[in-house]
Amino acid sequence: MSRAGVGRKPSVLSPGTKAPDFTLKSTPDQSVSLQEFRGQPVVLAFYPADWSPVCTDQMGLYAQVMPEFKKFNAAVFGISVDGIWSHLAFAKDRKLNFPLLADFEPKGAVSRSFGAYEAEVGESARALFVIDAHGVIRWSLLSPDGINPGADGILSALEKL
Amino acid sequence: MTEKYRAPRLILPVGERDHSDGSADAALVLLEYGDYQCPYCGAAYPIVKQIQKHFGPRLRFVFRNFPITNAHPRAEWAAEVAEAASAQDRFWPMHDFLYEHQSSLDDATVFLREAKRLRLDAKRLDLEVSEHAYLPKIQEDYTSGIRSGVNGTPTFYINGVRYDGYPELVPLVAALDAAEPPAARR
Repeated sequence: MSRAGVGRKPSVLSPGTKAPDFTLKSTPDQSVSLQEFRGQPVVLAFYPADWSPVCTDQMGLYAQVMPEFKKFNAAVFGISVDGIWSHLAFAKDRKLNFPLLADFEPKGAVSRSFGAYEAEVGESARALFVIDAHGVIRWSLLSPDGINPGADGILSALEKL
Repeated sequence: MTEKYRAPRLILPVGERDHSDGSADAALVLLEYGDYQCPYCGAAYPIVKQIQKHFGPRLRFVFRNFPITNAHPRAEWAAEVAEAASAQDRFWPMHDFLYEHQSSLDDATVFLREAKRLRLDAKRLDLEVSEHAYLPKIQEDYTSGIRSGVNGTPTFYINGVRYDGYPELVPLVAALDAAEPPAARR
């Protein structure tokens, strides 16, 4: 049941909710399962599409500030409905140092499970989740359209874990 | 409750350590986190000048460093040049020159020549840059930016709140107008 299908904003999963497990491709022949990362914090950054035309978009920013995330031993993943080949090209162009996961088939299924899917446009919403070492969401944020939320909320949440 | 969106705020208030153009009494403070090699910051540079002209003494402009080092290999060096110029009281002329000569950032001699023209001790500047004397200050700017919600360059803050509109003259002036306390307007 999609709550985002009738012109309403998605409603992202709240802190205290167990993060739904998933398995998504990170490269043509590799997959990532959330469960593999039990034992360390996980940052999930859902975003609408690769190739936004700005100087340092959200994924590029996270690549730039990765040393800050690593202080908390956090695993960071970007997720959009783009396919693997778009992700690989985008990651190379932005010199990303974390995996981009393809929520491609079934389209947007993982994004939906987190309440982070914009069904009308067929893209993930711009939503962030910080998940603790036990797989529980401890912080989430839905960013308004077109606004790159930055890294400050993520870092504050990681500090509080 | 899922956190509702709220524009982030500066976690490091404007103070003595900052490069500030305009009166400390000004009720309007526009702060930019910028990268000298970023083309969008280059485009914003003349816009900031126009904004300063428009608001005159009602506005204080502050610049902080946010070099996107993984995309802009000369950004940190350029920031060091500006900070070294600052140590000799020539921050703004060098900041301006850097933005006016972004295409020359690979050529240090262009900037050493400008240092001489500005009557700086160019040898001292060159030495301090090569010793990374001012890198800690730049890193402090950068870290404060990350924790304040800087999400790319340029990122502007108006009276301590991140500006989320386009870095263009009309929307920036509108946002500044809206932020100005009524008593300060003329």
